[in-house]
Order: sequence, then C-alpha cells, then structure tokens
Amino acid sequence: MSTTQVLIAGFGGQGILFAGKFLAYAGLLQGRNVSWLPSYGPEMRGGTANCSVILSDAQVGSPIVGHPDILIAMNLPSLDKYENEAPAGASIFVDSSLVNRKVRRTDVNAYYIPATQISNDQGYQTLANMILMGHVIAKTGVIPQDMIAPAMKKVVSARHADLLDKNIEAVRLGIDYKEE
Amino acid sequence: MAEKILMKGNEALAEAAIMAGCRHYFGYPITPQTEVAAYMSRRMPKIGGCFLQAESEIAAINMVIGAAAAGKRAMTSSSSPGISLKSEGISYMAGCDLPALIVNVQRGGPGLGGIQPSQSDYFQATRGGGHGDYHLLVLAPSSVQEMADLVFKGFDLAEKYRMPCMLLADGTMGQMMEPVELTERTGDPAPKPWALTGTEGKRRPNIINSLALEPAELEKWNEERFQRYDIVREKEQMSESYRMEDAEICVVAFGIAARVAQNAIDAAREKGIKAGMIRPITLWPFPEKALKAAAEQCKSFISVELNMGQMIEDVRLAIECKRPVSLCCRTGGMIPSPDEVLAAIERAAEGGK
Repeated sequence: MSTTQVLIAGFGGQGILFAGKFLAYAGLLQGRNVSWLPSYGPEMRGGTANCSVILSDAQVGSPIVGHPDILIAMNLPSLDKYENEAPAGASIFVDSSLVNRKVRRTDVNAYYIPATQISNDQGYQTLANMILMGHVIAKTGVIPQDMIAPAMKKVVSARHADLLDKNIEAVRLGIDYKEE
Repeated sequence: MAEKILMKGNEALAEAAIMAGCRHYFGYPITPQTEVAAYMSRRMPKIGGCFLQAESEIAAINMVIGAAAAGKRAMTSSSSPGISLKSEGISYMAGCDLPALIVNVQRGGPGLGGIQPSQSDYFQATRGGGHGDYHLLVLAPSSVQEMADLVFKGFDLAEKYRMPCMLLADGTMGQMMEPVELTERTGDPAPKPWALTGTEGKRRPNIINSLALEPAELEKWNEERFQRYDIVREKEQMSESYRMEDAEICVVAFGIAARVAQNAIDAAREKGIKAGMIRPITLWPFPEKALKAAAEQCKSFISVELNMGQMIEDVRLAIECKRPVSLCCRTGGMIPSPDEVLAAIERAAEGGK
C-alpha cells in the first residue's frame, strides 16, 4: 500500500490548481484513491496559492498535505515556507527561473528546472506548471506516463480543446529536460 | 454504475440535489459555498428548474418556505454568517413543519469571522439556531461522496418527518475534490397531503402556519412535534466506527476533523495504542447509542473539533459522564494536524488529559 502526498505551491495564476487536478485525475484513472484540496480565498487573486494532492492505494484520511513527499515550488515564498515541512527522502522541485536559491536541505532530493523560461522560449505564456509536472513524472514516477494523455483530456475543458496538445507537449518537455 | 468523476464537494451536493428532484434553489453568495449557487445557476435553467439569487439571505430562506409549502423539494445554501441571517426563516419552517434542505458550508466565526473551514456552528445547528422549541435534522458529511449521498438522505428524512434538514459541512468539504459516483436515484419522497397545491374545489384548504396565540394550542403543537423528534432520536441515529473493535480510547469527530483523526488513529495503532473512532453522521439526532455502547468498552474519549469545544457536551451527555472526555481542537479557520490529534491520543493513553 503506498501513498504519495504532493504539495504544489506558487503564485495565483501559475496554474497550481490545474496541475493538481491533472495529477489527481491521473491517479483516479489508475483506480487509485485521490484527493485534491486548494487554498481558497484572497490568495488566489495574485498572492500565494497552493494545492494538496494525495494519491493512495488506501482510503485517504486527511486531505491536507502538511509533510509533502513531493513539493513543487513555483516561487521563493513557497520554497521558504514548505522546504522544512518535507520529510527526509522527499523530492523538492523548483522552478529555477523564478527561485534564485538552492534547496538547503541535504536529506531530500532537489531538482531544478527553469520551467517558466522554457515555457516562454517555446512561446507559451503559462505552461510552466505542466513542464514542471513532466519533470516530476520523469524523476518520481508519481504517475505512469501512459496516464498523461487520458488525464489531460479530463482536465482540459471542451472550450479550450485547442490547448490539449500544447499541455501534453509541455509535460513532454519537462520529461525530456536534462538537468545540468 | 456511473463513472467516478472528480468533483468539488459544493458541486457534488448541488448535482445530487438536482438528481434528488430539487428544482427550486434560492441563495445568496458567500465564500466558501458559492460554487453551489454557481452550479445551480448553470444547471437549473436547462432542466426547467428555478435558480434565484435573492436580494438577501433572509429573502432566500423565505422563498424556500414558499416552495416547500407548495410541496416542492426546495433548498438553500450558505455559510455561517448567512445561516445566522436565515435562522429566523428556519425557525418558521420548523414551526410550520416544512421540509427543506439547508446547506451550511461553515467558516470561522463569530461575527463576519474568516473564510477558512470551521465547525463552530455546531451548537447553532444542533440546538435549532433560531428561536423556539425545535430541532433540525443535522447531517455531517466527511467526504465528497457523502456530500452527495447525504443530500438524498436529507431530503428523504426531511419529508418523512416534516422537518428542515441541515447539511453541516465546512470549507474543506466544499472546496476539496474527490472521486464521486453520482447514481440517478429517485430517493424516497414522502406523500405531502398537507401541501398548498390548490384545492380545485375538491377538499378543504390546507393551512400552513406557525402562529398560535392560544398558549394551550401552541403547547400541544410543540408537544406533538417533540413526539416526532422522539421517533427520530430512536430510529435515525447514524455513525461510522473506525478501528473500534478493541479500542480503549475513543476519538469522536465528524466532517474534516474525522478525516484528520483517521490519520492520527492509524499512527497511534502503529505505536501500539488501541485507539478508534466513532464518527457521527447525524449530529442531530446525536448517535447516543453508539457512544453509550463505546463507554462500556473504552477508558476515555477525545472530542476532536474545529471550534472551542461544542460537540464535547453531547459526548459527555451521551456517555452520561461515565468516562473522562478530553478536547482536541483548533478554531478560527485552523485545522488540527494529525500530529496534534496523535499527541492528544497519547496523553489519553497515559491517563492524562
């Protein structure tokens, strides 16, 4: 029985909740138990936002992720706030184009990807979230890669169907990214 | 079997209400339940239902009274300060013996308070909330699936006993997404011979009223209502037991608190502490029978709540103070961590408070 607790944190508008929903749907499509809990309130309108996602083979107890096995930090305040909450052996992913420091902990696995930079270079404005998610999938195997397309179909609304391929491509960029 | 989909608790309860035949929703927006109204505003016009954003909470609850008096499945939803505004109308509904569903997705109080999750309206919900001698049926979901399932149950019970029913959730339950399976079901609507549907000249007019100036008459109404409440107390208590088989310490928690407590109980069990949980699903009627039975087995009780200690009174009453009951709580929109609940369990295991 395994349980993975994921915390995605950053600014409002970075697609934190969307990335979490994608992850939760991928878990659901595998037949796992999942929960998704957003921060809500004024922080969503430009301040810090975060999203707790739990994927488990057992029933999910508390949906609140206090000690993430996987932390995705999309800005510096998020890394400052949550770095010390991760248990030893956790994986911390940092958008290195927005966070100008390294992970200080030595008992965790730290990964750096300039997701926002890559997103801009590709002419995408807002796909850093999915590029990061791709990197997370490659390094942790949190969801199998064959779940990417089916989960994306669930979370990209019909109204934005044109963005489906772009999102999948962004995940692929994150998977293929090689850290220096 | 319907496909499992990810839904927010607020949306799942709204869709469940529509499936249960509710075609009349009256509301006024407030965080953290606005998704209920947003969902209803999208869906109701497509299915011939009525979504109406009223000019105030007081107007909304009075519209519910009207629709319920006409025999329709009607509902409203709000969050704590909005429920206080609706309490006058809820008292009138109790006095008129009208069934309806009232959803409270609680936030921190008192006053305008905050917008983060809370369970501090426990007293208000379980004691009635408005003026006068009355109770509501109070159901407490602890998952998105239950947010949906208890809507069906709530409408059915409300109609069976002619009582308003409150679904008492909190910001977490409203905002979180979990897989939910929504299966079309008719529920069990009770006949409504009392409803104001027009006599067509074939029967005497029905009267729905809560005014009785003659004290003996009002006393009789209230006594008859409480006879019904006795039946509800006897037949409708609902709770779920978690790892209670050999438990020596019984955690009592509902809603999000029960989800947190579940982690703490698992952690306590790993440390060899025999902890279990009774999770009330009906807060009124409170599951006294399950608690009383647990008092025969357990050495102590812990009430875990998102308030300064409200349900703890019902725990003590249910077990007739036969065992010590301690409190583990956070308030104001804070949620106890599993570690905090575990610490409370460890203290209880050592015989302390």
